[in-house]
Amino acid sequence: MAAVTGPRRREPLPIWRWGILLVAGVYFLVPLYSALKFAGFGSFGSVISQPGFTSSLGLSVRLAVITTLVTLALMLPTAVYVHLRLPKLRRLLEGITILPIVIPPIVLIVGVLQLAPGFIKSTPYLLSLEYVVLAMPFAYRAIDAGLRALDLKTIVEAASSLGAGWINTLWRVILPNLATALLSATVLTVALVLGEFTMASLDLYQTFPVWIYVNSQTSGQVSVAASLLALFVTWLFLLAITVIGTRQARKTGGGQVTLFTVARQETRGSE
Amino acid sequence: MDQTVAASGAPGSVADPGGPGSGRAAESGPPARLTVPHVLRELRRWAGIVPFGVYVTLGLLLPMAAVAIGAFQDSSNGSFTLSNVHAATHGIYLHGFAQSIELSAISSVLPGIFGLLIAYAIFTAKRGTVLRQVAITASGVFANFGGVPLAFLFIATLGSSGLATQWLTDLGFNPYDHGFDLYSLAGVVVVYMYFQIPLMVLVILPALEGLRPAWREAAENLGARTWQYWRFVGGPVLLPSFLGCVLLLFGSGLSAYATAEALTNGTIPLTSIQIGSFLNGNVIAGQENVGKALGLGMVVIIAVVMLIYVTLQRRAAKWLR
Repeated sequence: MAAVTGPRRREPLPIWRWGILLVAGVYFLVPLYSALKFAGFGSFGSVISQPGFTSSLGLSVRLAVITTLVTLALMLPTAVYVHLRLPKLRRLLEGITILPIVIPPIVLIVGVLQLAPGFIKSTPYLLSLEYVVLAMPFAYRAIDAGLRALDLKTIVEAASSLGAGWINTLWRVILPNLATALLSATVLTVALVLGEFTMASLDLYQTFPVWIYVNSQTSGQVSVAASLLALFVTWLFLLAITVIGTRQARKTGGGQVTLFTVARQETRGSE
Repeated sequence: MDQTVAASGAPGSVADPGGPGSGRAAESGPPARLTVPHVLRELRRWAGIVPFGVYVTLGLLLPMAAVAIGAFQDSSNGSFTLSNVHAATHGIYLHGFAQSIELSAISSVLPGIFGLLIAYAIFTAKRGTVLRQVAITASGVFANFGGVPLAFLFIATLGSSGLATQWLTDLGFNPYDHGFDLYSLAGVVVVYMYFQIPLMVLVILPALEGLRPAWREAAENLGARTWQYWRFVGGPVLLPSFLGCVLLLFGSGLSAYATAEALTNGTIPLTSIQIGSFLNGNVIAGQENVGKALGLGMVVIIAVVMLIYVTLQRRAAKWLR
């Protein structure tokens, strides 16, 4: 019954693995390095002083905040409810939430711009409402992974036997237990909003990616610097969250938390 | 609600959601599934997903329906017509579909294979949690990377005066002398892999975790070699998920717009770029709804892909649970 992590494998995996990872590393890092070299370190300083930087970044951040709040408010109760009451629907929900990855945003925005009433269309926040749809695949999977790592049923039964209502349970019991999963969902959503170009450009609002595009025509180097900066900061956030989350989960006895999957603790024994 | 109860409680009422004569059917059939309290309980159980359902309907399904309907409407007077669909399936637009499908097919199979290998390399590096976390978080970021920044990255790398191009030229191999062009279909594939591989890593990892170590041990105890394990156990179990993920990448590649637009500037006729030009107003008057027909065409392609995906997922589920 003890931990099954003994050195059972004896094939020469490491060489094979490092070969793959080396190729991947070259493919992913060389373009970053080239861009860094092209931009030059000087342009990182002048990113902030570019006209339109503050306003476009401000808009993107506002959109990101709204999108995240709506996404969490919509997806968390739904995912919890489906896990508890309608487990048969999990597969269907997985199917529905994967749709936005495969349905072209460019087709979606055609329909949205046609249907949306004028008062929403005249604000950029229509974008937020659609970004919620685009973020669903990532947000749902992150939350779902978190829920699978919990013994949700027991927790909820314990809460209700102590007299907690549905909202109380959600807010004070499930939410704290899902902190890491929710943070992953948040960062993935933020990453999506800060990088989304298609819908924003066709809805004619100058979000950060659209600004990068417009600005690139006058100062390419600064644009590259700005996008590298955005990429790096998002990744750092994501990394910090998983590291902290895993450390905390270990303390409380949960599994290792990653973005989409939760490695079950192997000491629990076989299923 | 109460009225519904009263109405459907009346025997033989046609409006009964349980169908005519549901009360009697409940007595004769073994499971009493469609009695009124049961239906009500079912309805209440489903109430929890109503907000999600409404949101998806308004934000995703209705707009898609609007596109589908618009595809069959005359641009000027809204009457029914097949001319949009006809235009969308001929000439440059047909060529666009062909190019889009070709591009998506290549840029889903190749990243699918590489992504699987990378994911497996990460997955088996159990003790290397740092590697695991760096790789997975980086995947989360890169999967959402695209558009102009990505185009810039590769112009700086593999453009005709890019850094990697120079390195390769110094080594005596200028890719541009050997038929490579960043702005061609092959070039776009190389660029697409930058977000397709990370996406593959993210979506295939759960499937890899479904590969129970116990199966491997059992195979080894029965004397199986590594290749035998993959040929008879691991491979067959993983194959449906793998194909499902590749189909997902296909959809993702098909719908990519910003990257292709920024990179090719319209030199390759891709459907997504063609739809974009309709939205930007670069069209002949009276043809606006051809863009919707193109959109419908993409959705039809996706629908076929999804159908295959769902079928494969169902098979994978049978194996894994």
